[in-house]
Amino acid sequence: MKTGAQIVWECLIGEGVKHVFGYPGGAILPAYDALCGYPEIHHVLVRHEQGATHMADGYARAGGGVGVAMATSGPGATNMVTGIATAMMDSSPVVCITGQVGSKFLGTDAFQETDITGITLPITKHNYLVKRAEDVAPTLRAAFHLARSGRPGPVLVDITKDAQQSSCEFVGSAYSPFAVTEGNQRADANQYAAAIEMINAAERPVILAGHGVLLSNAMGELSEFAESASIPIAMTLLGIGGFPASHPLNLGMMGMHGEAWVNHAIQEADLLLAFGMRFDDRVTGTLKTYAPRAKKIHVEIDPAEVNKNVRVDIALLGDLRRVLSRLIPNLARSDRQRWLHYIDDLKGDSAVRDIQKLPDNGHLYAAHVINDLWRETNGNSIVVTDVGQHQMWEAQYYKHEKPHSLITSGGLGTMGFALPAAIGAKFARPDSEVWVVAGDGGFQMTMPELATAAQEELDLNIAVINNGYLGMVRQWQEFFYDRRYSATPLLSPDFAKLAEAFGLRGLTARSREQVAPAIREARQHRGTALINFMVEQEDAVFPMVPSGAALHQMIRRPSPLVETAAEA
Amino acid sequence: MVRTFIVYVADHPGVLNRVSSLFRRRGYNIESLTVGHTHIPEVSRMTVVVAIDAQGAPLVEANLYKLPEVLHVDDITSVPSLHRELVIVKVAALQSVRPDVMRVVEAFRARVIEVAAESLVIEATGPEDAIDSLIEGVRPYGILEMTRTGCVAMTRGNAATFTLEDRSQKTVGSSWHSTNLTVLRNCS
Repeated sequence: MKTGAQIVWECLIGEGVKHVFGYPGGAILPAYDALCGYPEIHHVLVRHEQGATHMADGYARAGGGVGVAMATSGPGATNMVTGIATAMMDSSPVVCITGQVGSKFLGTDAFQETDITGITLPITKHNYLVKRAEDVAPTLRAAFHLARSGRPGPVLVDITKDAQQSSCEFVGSAYSPFAVTEGNQRADANQYAAAIEMINAAERPVILAGHGVLLSNAMGELSEFAESASIPIAMTLLGIGGFPASHPLNLGMMGMHGEAWVNHAIQEADLLLAFGMRFDDRVTGTLKTYAPRAKKIHVEIDPAEVNKNVRVDIALLGDLRRVLSRLIPNLARSDRQRWLHYIDDLKGDSAVRDIQKLPDNGHLYAAHVINDLWRETNGNSIVVTDVGQHQMWEAQYYKHEKPHSLITSGGLGTMGFALPAAIGAKFARPDSEVWVVAGDGGFQMTMPELATAAQEELDLNIAVINNGYLGMVRQWQEFFYDRRYSATPLLSPDFAKLAEAFGLRGLTARSREQVAPAIREARQHRGTALINFMVEQEDAVFPMVPSGAALHQMIRRPSPLVETAAEA
Repeated sequence: MVRTFIVYVADHPGVLNRVSSLFRRRGYNIESLTVGHTHIPEVSRMTVVVAIDAQGAPLVEANLYKLPEVLHVDDITSVPSLHRELVIVKVAALQSVRPDVMRVVEAFRARVIEVAAESLVIEATGPEDAIDSLIEGVRPYGILEMTRTGCVAMTRGNAATFTLEDRSQKTVGSSWHSTNLTVLRNCS
């Protein structure tokens, strides 16, 4: 006989879980008490339950498997909501376990009771309320399977206190996870034949590579596909890392802050091959004028994404890796040099632009910071970014060669994501260098997790790109609201001193020549180090497709790049 | 454009909420939704009538399949099928007009299920437009109270859309993932 609380941990161990990010409280106390009997689980005490969900998310995205977050009922559970929604939008496999008031008190507005299955219904793949110890194991087994199968996502399991306390028969050694199934491949042979004909006939094709490349582990197949057919690849933000940045066929990031040649190539293409991406509004611009001459083939695991935003000519449903494997042997031509040269010409001066060579005009620009970070880390670090200008600069100037090396909140755009997600990533890949790149705004949303990093004695590096504004909002106010900086100027603490207060190393860089030495010092420091980069205050991210504009109608970089908006 | 979907779901608490929440979230406008048990244990059947165009219909189906408790979805809009709705209407019917009301009842093959001093309760079953006509027929006499069930539908012919055998073999959620129904049983 085991208690429901014990069964929770037995199941987690059976699922291969080694780390749980959580915060105890009344309704989850039995589970935390039972934790004492399971030293093989490392529990990370967070400072806020939102942090726990982001950590589990970052853990999963870094390749650690399903991330697990735990919290108590009521406020503990509601604090998880933002992290769950973040994981849902970015298809990240997370299991959240929450305590719930005793089953007899359900529906009575008992102390710390909240209807968390109701609240999280639209932001989870599925959720469960467990009221009996007997149901704990089958439910967790289903939850883990759901989280990681098909299009991954978060699953919440709410367990009443009495279900944790009561006992039932359970043999831990008999527990096994559900076998991973690849799902049905619904596309029929005719659709494949039509797709192949379309691909082989295309003169100006572009591959749009999304998060699905990483989720289905299709990096090798993507590379083989592109190389054997000489088709250039444009990346979504979450696709970055799925194809090496230095590869000649990699055009870079598409969309609102994509480089001009990438968006022009998409607009002028005669065939778009959408691989594991969902035509988010941030990558299409207005749909009325999106890639008007292009036929579209969508390879997608989630049928609900097909024809949602963009009408496609052919949909090949299923796991990307398997679909690509089936297509590759039929690729018949690679004579697309004219198209590739044409795109090269589009790049023009910007292709050879090396911001490192621009003269130091006394200003420190975020782009330089990111560029130096890339050089100093040889492009080998995992970078976890927050949301805003720094996120886009990171995507533009840090050249990611390896999969799972950029972790960022794309779909939901969750400020405060970076620090906790990086903590999770570090647990998943303890031997990898992990950098947080965050703005001064987003960093302050979850900075108490510095204490978590300190308590866990983690070796993280943190770059706060500090411009004294909520930068991306300020940029929109500058461009579209006549420079009325409503509620965007931001006072921050001295982040270096703050880090020291947590027992961490704190550094400050104010000029360009201080950047590389600060990065080196942070890397050499054993333990977490934070660098406060005091950058240009009114810098803007270019190019930019204004919201609602056509993808090729970008606001271009002022020349030279580093002029401030104020000087332009 | 109105489309009719038949949706088989696992008979769990909260399933109706999940389905209606999905329609609300995606902005699909529900014209009517009915749900009840089937002859298959642990399986309920919904008839959902949605205002949506033909292009949007596959997305409704695909989104329904993303709910693990949805077992099977049929868009029967363009399939020959039987549509029925039940109405119960309480009509003001003093002795003076009662024969006139009765003629309307007969014309629509409706039934009187209660006779009170100053009113009649009429029950009718039929396609939605026939029910509409009946209501218009009795409206001049004064409708005191009325309730409609919403549409239930079934395709014509021999074929059953979902069988007991399907329930035991069917993987839940189609291509979205494949989980046996047993995974979901016991877990509400």
